[in-house]
Amino acid sequence: MKGRIVHPFWIALVALLAALLLSVLVGSVSLSLMDMARVVAARLSGTEIGGDLRVADTILFSLRLPRTALVALTGSALAVCGTSYQGLFRNPLADPYLIGVASGAGLGAVIALSLRWRYDALGLLAVPLASFSGAVLTVLMVVMLARVGRSLPVTNLLLAGVAVNSFTGAMTSFLLLRSTGELRRAIAWLMGGSAMGGWQPVLAVLPYWLIGLGILMTMGHALNVMQFGDEQAQQLGLPVEATRWVIIAVSSLATAAAVSFTGIIGFVGLIVPHLLRLLTGGDYRRLLPLSLLGGAAFLLVADVLARVVMTPQELPVGIITALAGAPFFIWILRRSRTLPYWS
Amino acid sequence: MLEVSHLTVGYGSKPVLKDVSFRLADGEILAVIGPNGAGKSTLVRALSGILPPQCGSIRYNGRDLCSLSVQERARMIAVVPQARNLPAGFTAWQVVSLGRTPYLNWFGQLSPADEELVREAMRRTDTAHLAERLVGELSGGEMQRLLLARALVQATPVMLLDEPTTHLDLQYQIGLLNRVVEVVRQPISGNGNGKPHSPAALVVLHDLNLVARYADRVLLMVDGCVRSCGTVSDVLRPAMLSEAFGVPLEVMRSPNGKYPLVVPLMA
Repeated sequence: MKGRIVHPFWIALVALLAALLLSVLVGSVSLSLMDMARVVAARLSGTEIGGDLRVADTILFSLRLPRTALVALTGSALAVCGTSYQGLFRNPLADPYLIGVASGAGLGAVIALSLRWRYDALGLLAVPLASFSGAVLTVLMVVMLARVGRSLPVTNLLLAGVAVNSFTGAMTSFLLLRSTGELRRAIAWLMGGSAMGGWQPVLAVLPYWLIGLGILMTMGHALNVMQFGDEQAQQLGLPVEATRWVIIAVSSLATAAAVSFTGIIGFVGLIVPHLLRLLTGGDYRRLLPLSLLGGAAFLLVADVLARVVMTPQELPVGIITALAGAPFFIWILRRSRTLPYWS
Repeated sequence: MLEVSHLTVGYGSKPVLKDVSFRLADGEILAVIGPNGAGKSTLVRALSGILPPQCGSIRYNGRDLCSLSVQERARMIAVVPQARNLPAGFTAWQVVSLGRTPYLNWFGQLSPADEELVREAMRRTDTAHLAERLVGELSGGEMQRLLLARALVQATPVMLLDEPTTHLDLQYQIGLLNRVVEVVRQPISGNGNGKPHSPAALVVLHDLNLVARYADRVLLMVDGCVRSCGTVSDVLRPAMLSEAFGVPLEVMRSPNGKYPLVVPLMA
């Protein structure tokens, strides 16, 4: 029993460290470990960085590290929120986009893009701001539609989510069909191909990530109790309604913040929780921290692939997560079909 | 002593329980019987706080249960539901230990005393050997015993069992009810902050012959109202049962003369 707790955790940690290193070093221009060590040593000792190292320094600190950080934050947020939603809705098909974050963020982004902002500071921020507002407004709409008094029945949420998702999706398609210019950029955004550069996105996402994932990390026991269903969970002493409101609020905010700077990255929030469940079982106190590590590692590797598969062109990372992730996921599921693993 | 007085409960505005009153003493087993739709499961849901009462009160030793928080109420009343849709990926140990939830902090860390209680409850329900097994691999009878163990570690003065024998084969029905009688007559060692205490048990049952064999008293419900409440021989009378269930029934003595036997009469 004890060994099974420690074991997957170390695997995930090592995988994350390897993925971080890979993401920092690999790209259209690859850095060697030696380059990295020299740049870091120079920065640490405060000596002037000269000549040949200056390029490596720029690549590392202005491009790779912020990108790596943003991708890691996004991947972990998607996986943790996916795990929480699968537990909350007791539904293996739940992902962080279930109740409108993605469709709302997509609509917001497409509206902003169709207004054709200039590429100045405000123009660059317009898309993330619009997609964040779109996501939050859409989730609010779903929650309001699903609400019965102060309670939030799960079935209502699912159905309201389906209805609102298809409505916002249709609006997005309509805008895309009518648009003349930015179609390519909009589609790339919808496939998760818009990881913004620089440290600002990282700093903007970080508060939502810290608060959201900080709270979700404490939900393991509550989610375990909720696996018996709402009624039994309440009979076991869990304030079910309050717990559900909190999980939905913080998951929506963390997911919305993450995708507004990267575009909609599919599949991570669905399959990472399942892979971990196969690895470690149904205990949410283990699944949540493992999702944090595993989600970040998974998306970092996908992002490296997106950068190198068609160099110098970069693929939207959402294409990689679906193209590589789906077959891998199916293979894993078929291998372990005998396990009654779902909970 | 659990005292339910003038309890009226409904979904929306339509009452499903109407003016239900009864008492249930510590260490007593009260069987709730009645035809489908009589409000038996609604009674369990109302007592456990899932459905708020429209009128009336639910008290234990004078303490109003409806004014308690969800957590406090779970220290007073435990429910053994039917074993369906249990989380397949949990181990049996996890299922039982989650019964300690009302006493644990938000992170659900078990103390050594909690663990000892879980072990004892699993011994008492003959599930100790299943501790490491996944719930998805267990039989219906084993799952039902786990849920009984889960309710035991909740260490409550009142225990509600909602048709616990429904999906079980005969030998498991009897096995389960024997264990219910055992834990009511010889309570387990307490919840770490009190002495052993005999719980009051309310059991919803379909099989009238099991009622006759196991219940101390019987509550007959018809159409949301209490039709009769009393000892087994008070309630299991042919005229009353035939009327309540809408079929002619006869009550005989078992061959050893100890228990009534309820037999439907063929027309």
